[in-house]
Amino acid sequence: MRSGWLKRKKAEIQTPTETPSDLWSTCAKCHEVVFERDFQRNLKVCPRCGHHHRLTAEERLEITVDENSFTEINGNLAATDPLEFPDYAAKLEASYRATGKYDGMITGSAQIEGIPVAVGVADFSFMGGSMGSVSGEKIVRLMEFAEQQSLPVILFTASGGARMHEGLFSLMQMAKTSAAVARLDRSRIPYLVVLTDPTTAGVLASYASLGDVILAEAGAVVGFAGRRVGNQELGARLPANFQTSEFQLEHGMIDRIVQRKELRPTLAYLLRFFGAEVEEMEDADQSI
Amino acid sequence: MQINPFDFERPIAELDQILVELSRPEKRREAEEQGIDLEAEIQRVEQEKQRLMRHLFAHLSPWEKTQMARYPQRPYSLDYIRQVFDDFMEMSGDRLFGNDEAVVGGPALLEKKPVMVIGQQKGRDLKERQRRNFGSAYPEGFRKALRLMKMAEKFNRPIITLVDTPAAEAGLGAEERGISEAIARNLREMPMLAVPIVTAVIGEGGSGGALGIAVGDRVLMFEHATYSVIPPEGCAAILWRDRNRAAEAAGALKLTAQHAHCFGLVDEVLIEPLGGAHRDPMAASATLKKALTHHLDQLREIPVPELLEQRYQKFRQMGRWTERTETVEPE
Repeated sequence: MRSGWLKRKKAEIQTPTETPSDLWSTCAKCHEVVFERDFQRNLKVCPRCGHHHRLTAEERLEITVDENSFTEINGNLAATDPLEFPDYAAKLEASYRATGKYDGMITGSAQIEGIPVAVGVADFSFMGGSMGSVSGEKIVRLMEFAEQQSLPVILFTASGGARMHEGLFSLMQMAKTSAAVARLDRSRIPYLVVLTDPTTAGVLASYASLGDVILAEAGAVVGFAGRRVGNQELGARLPANFQTSEFQLEHGMIDRIVQRKELRPTLAYLLRFFGAEVEEMEDADQSI
Repeated sequence: MQINPFDFERPIAELDQILVELSRPEKRREAEEQGIDLEAEIQRVEQEKQRLMRHLFAHLSPWEKTQMARYPQRPYSLDYIRQVFDDFMEMSGDRLFGNDEAVVGGPALLEKKPVMVIGQQKGRDLKERQRRNFGSAYPEGFRKALRLMKMAEKFNRPIITLVDTPAAEAGLGAEERGISEAIARNLREMPMLAVPIVTAVIGEGGSGGALGIAVGDRVLMFEHATYSVIPPEGCAAILWRDRNRAAEAAGALKLTAQHAHCFGLVDEVLIEPLGGAHRDPMAASATLKKALTHHLDQLREIPVPELLEQRYQKFRQMGRWTERTETVEPE
């Protein structure tokens, strides 16, 4: 057989399984090709243009909280389909399988530079981080837990808004989460928000806009209505940075834009300013 | 009042046409000549019309309800305020930027007792519609509403809010001045206001724009009003990339008062005059007045700490979820 000489005769010789896509990453914005290892080391921020790529909840926690300090709570809450909305049940099942999660909002307790916190992280890969009953309930339970334990709350937001598949139930999560923030305020529990790409609509118009401090990642889409809706209505008059972190900073809606690698020390600094104390010295040693 | 019928109202319009026809003088003469009992005929058509209307308006689809909620002749906030309250004095401005005419509000008397009434206001003609931005509030509107609510709290007056908006304004100016912050702030402040709050959705309950003044101890909804997380057109555009499938989307969203009540998300459905509030605004106003008075009387009896706890728990329990015992593995 002519093709016979192409076959590997010795079993121990392996064809490299790493395809170029495993070795390289391409920046979604400037299309620069970057060594995957460098890309990961740079926390998925493009070394050339500084574009902050989206992170999964796990990736976010890994770079934010002290190693092995995160304990998830309420991870078993899952959506129902109260409206029997077209294709919702199937979409949920597909999302469970794709992400290994029951919801896009992951909540729990953790430490940041040794400071105990209640933390929630939205994962955009789960149905666009949309807020339905489960996300709302998990956020409220996290805030109530934080209030009981006197823990500061940190939320990383990423969401297209309320989840239309649950109709009015989703809309009411805006009221429910905001009411929980009011109770944190009353108890003088620090509440820090980090807006990540993208944070829009019903989430921005509720708990995401209510932090004592609101930070945002550079270049994130942050706005009320979808950018496309705005464009249709207003044509060319829109500024280039419309509905981004930079636009919101310019108009006084957020406190700071923070580079991803600066987030952890920035949060720790603010937590200390708000009066947090490091729980145990050995935990503090874990911080880099 | 000239009513422009929607498709589903055509059979009624046809009977109306017959009634007009029958009451013409020459018809009367004709009937007399031929010995026909015209009065009996008119009565028969009138009864048929009533029967048809009762059937039709009891079985409106969610999309037909959407059209009812948006009916150009439907009573708006100021119409109800004039009929339900006495001595309304409109207050203006958010003390920060401007006066948004998509929101009206001020002190008024309800059955001789002072209340603060705040409503979202659409316009009747083109000029007024533009002036009031079609009932879509800018941040200033939400901030004016909150300012008036805080004023009410300060002087221990209950708050009544009337919801009727397609959505909050979403353009450049709204974004520049923090439309999200304005809505979010109201959602955080309303649960803590130490006076009773009664909300009535009188027309369109358009998502965050509606909710921004709707965190009440009681939330009432007119029979043909809608309350939705997203307009049906927007939902159809996202789901099927086709805004023309809005009727289908309205059905999927279950945005009617009956659904919201069934889900436990609104407390009471206010029955409208047959054919909708616009066919008899006085009767609709009387219904609203009775309901507002009834609920306020109840709420006034509740001590403030309890009232606030009940309000918190009311919204706290909204949502449907389940607890899974098995873990899920990613593929």
